Amino acid sequence: MAASGTLLVLFLFAHAAGNLKIFVGEADFDHYAHWLREIGVPLLPSGWFLWIQRFGMLLAIGLHIWAATVLTIRAKKARPVKYSHRPKIQGSYAARTMRWGGVIIALFVIYHILDLTTGHLNPVGGDTEPSARVIADFAPSHWYVTLFYVVAVVAVGFHLRHGIWSAVRTMGQQTSKGERRAKAIALALSVILVAMYLSVPFAVTLGLVG
Amino acid sequence: MDIKVRVWRQSGPSAGGKMVTYDVKGISPDASFLEMIDVLNETLILNGDDPIAFDHDCREGICGACSMVINGVAHGPEKATTTCQLHMRKFSDGDVIDVEPWRAAAFPVIKDLVVDRSAFDKIIQAGGYITVPTGTAPDAHATPVPKKDADAAFEAATCIGCGACVAACPNGSSMLFTAAKITHLGLMPQGQPERDSRVIDMLQAQDDAGFGGCTNAGECTTVCPKGIPLSLIGRLNSDYRKAITKR
Repeated sequence: MAASGTLLVLFLFAHAAGNLKIFVGEADFDHYAHWLREIGVPLLPSGWFLWIQRFGMLLAIGLHIWAATVLTIRAKKARPVKYSHRPKIQGSYAARTMRWGGVIIALFVIYHILDLTTGHLNPVGGDTEPSARVIADFAPSHWYVTLFYVVAVVAVGFHLRHGIWSAVRTMGQQTSKGERRAKAIALALSVILVAMYLSVPFAVTLGLVG
Repeated sequence: MDIKVRVWRQSGPSAGGKMVTYDVKGISPDASFLEMIDVLNETLILNGDDPIAFDHDCREGICGACSMVINGVAHGPEKATTTCQLHMRKFSDGDVIDVEPWRAAAFPVIKDLVVDRSAFDKIIQAGGYITVPTGTAPDAHATPVPKKDADAAFEAATCIGCGACVAACPNGSSMLFTAAKITHLGLMPQGQPERDSRVIDMLQAQDDAGFGGCTNAGECTTVCPKGIPLSLIGRLNSDYRKAITKR
């Protein structure tokens, strides 16, 4: 969980940073999107880096889901008889929602790719430029899509708040002081990431971009 | 105090069980939780009913025998306190209190609130020991131990092996228990020769016993009557990583 999760978090930050290019200008954003296909050229043919990275992500996601499934099955087997009285007073909200939060995020990722990568579920889709798709997606009249993005991004935030700290612990963090620090850093990174991701849809909805 | 308790009754390991409600009247607020069950049991015996079976031994909070999930919390609402050291004054007159056994596949119910915790013995047998020559006991100061390490090892060694960590864990994992033993022995010079094999073997025994995997949810440490910190699991992870990379 920790190793595959770390790769996914690094990708999330790179992706979020790229999104912010839209604030520089739509042409710059489109230029950035096309550049992604040219990374590694001429060492690699055009588009290869992107596909290598996509397969790497797919592998990381696969391993992450596989590990989560194994843990969930083991947890179910380890407690065959449930408690009849079980208050939710302990542990954090983030820790308790890792599994269902993860499922929501996985469903969102599928939608997100069909929406902004392939364009099938995008209002404009087709051969349009990436910036046009983003602007069409988060238009005020299309508010339900924006809402779904907000819910999914906040779910990612909660997932990482527990996930980043938990990964640090899995890798051997072992002091109480370090634990407080790791939890604070995990919270800060989650908030920053959520803010980076939400800034784009909100800016489009409010008419600051486009 | 007049209260109602809803207790898990199960006549044997393979029998089905259910929650049964009992009225308990005239209990002193200064009675311990186990004394309240004792009083209830006397009434049950006088009425010709089967008394509630439960584990208890020292009743001083140091043996790790008592094991009740009270209102969904292992050892009840008082932090860092075993069931035997919990007093009825922590409850209110008229309360309905749910009492259940530790729930884990690795801790099968023997009867009512008594569970078989020999899975913990299996984990200890796998590596929770040090090998020393027999003979006269060495002088206590024969092997110097830095004060910091001695204190940290002692903190981990306060684990009484009650199993509350497993009972509270959403995954039914015994990681806090195993981590306490790994830390306790791994911090001492006497624990070094078997340090690598200990962590590998104890984790294997834990998996074989049917405990779940740890997801760092942190429920274990909040119910631990000895306040074993969650950070010890990080130490176990670190020891495990070093042990498997050395192999």
